[in-house]
Amino acid sequence: MVEWTDFERATIQDIFSKMDYESVGHNALARCLVVYPWTQRYFGKFGNLYNAAAIMGNPMVAAHGAVVLHGLDKAVKNMDNIKATYAELSVLHSEKLHVDPDNFRLLADCLTIVVASRLGTGFTADVQAAFQKFLAVVGSALTKQYH
Amino acid sequence: MSLTAKDVAVVKALWGKIGAKADDIGAEALGRMLTVYPQTKTYFAHWADLSPGSAPVKKHGKTIMGAVTAAVASIDDLPGALSQLSELHAYKLRVDPSNFKILAHNIIVVVGMLFPGDFTPEVHVSLDKFLQNVAWCLAERYR
Repeated sequence: MVEWTDFERATIQDIFSKMDYESVGHNALARCLVVYPWTQRYFGKFGNLYNAAAIMGNPMVAAHGAVVLHGLDKAVKNMDNIKATYAELSVLHSEKLHVDPDNFRLLADCLTIVVASRLGTGFTADVQAAFQKFLAVVGSALTKQYH
Repeated sequence: MSLTAKDVAVVKALWGKIGAKADDIGAEALGRMLTVYPQTKTYFAHWADLSPGSAPVKKHGKTIMGAVTAAVASIDDLPGALSQLSELHAYKLRVDPSNFKILAHNIIVVVGMLFPGDFTPEVHVSLDKFLQNVAWCLAERYR
């Protein structure tokens, strides 16, 4: 089981309680699709992803970014049992969506950068460490059911 | 993933904006790297103080960003410009090249924090590519 310090728990709850899920989700996913264009392979049905402006303005990207961020809520609310919480989603990502787990890390990095730009100097090194640890645990849980 | 003319222009423009803040960015990025990726501390066991904002971290962050800034100036010949630094890292420092990615990520986080309006996804991808090219050139002499 993952050990969380009080600081880490408080930091994660704090970040997500103040977060604009729609905006952050949209921006993080869009950034991922621009910075790591090979991730577009999973979004063939999303229509126009031809350039950065198209991606940023694409309503399906915005909607899906929000879906992903709200999906993170499960982990925020179940920090002591993230592995079990994501068992079904892990099966989904492996068997139905066929997502290479390295993409969880790429999206996590983009999410970190978006949150950093929103929080500014409030995003201290310790806050960053807690946030990245949280996202790494989520990524690991999502990878758990791959075979 | 080599740099396009657009990437070169974007990185040079970004460095124009960063200007004198480069030293602070380097110090901040290095401090974050040591905190968020504690395994990187293994390379600095000889420092008295590894905490973010400490004197050795500030000094070394400045050194590193100075080299990155010099790389921007020589962006059209990164392998040539970075050849000596590559030898240093290969034969003397022997830093595992995976750490270049880690530091690059932290540089990007700090740039994103300090320049939120300017650090659009397009600027991000060019900076990411540039730093990956720098990392690649730094690892050139390893084997």
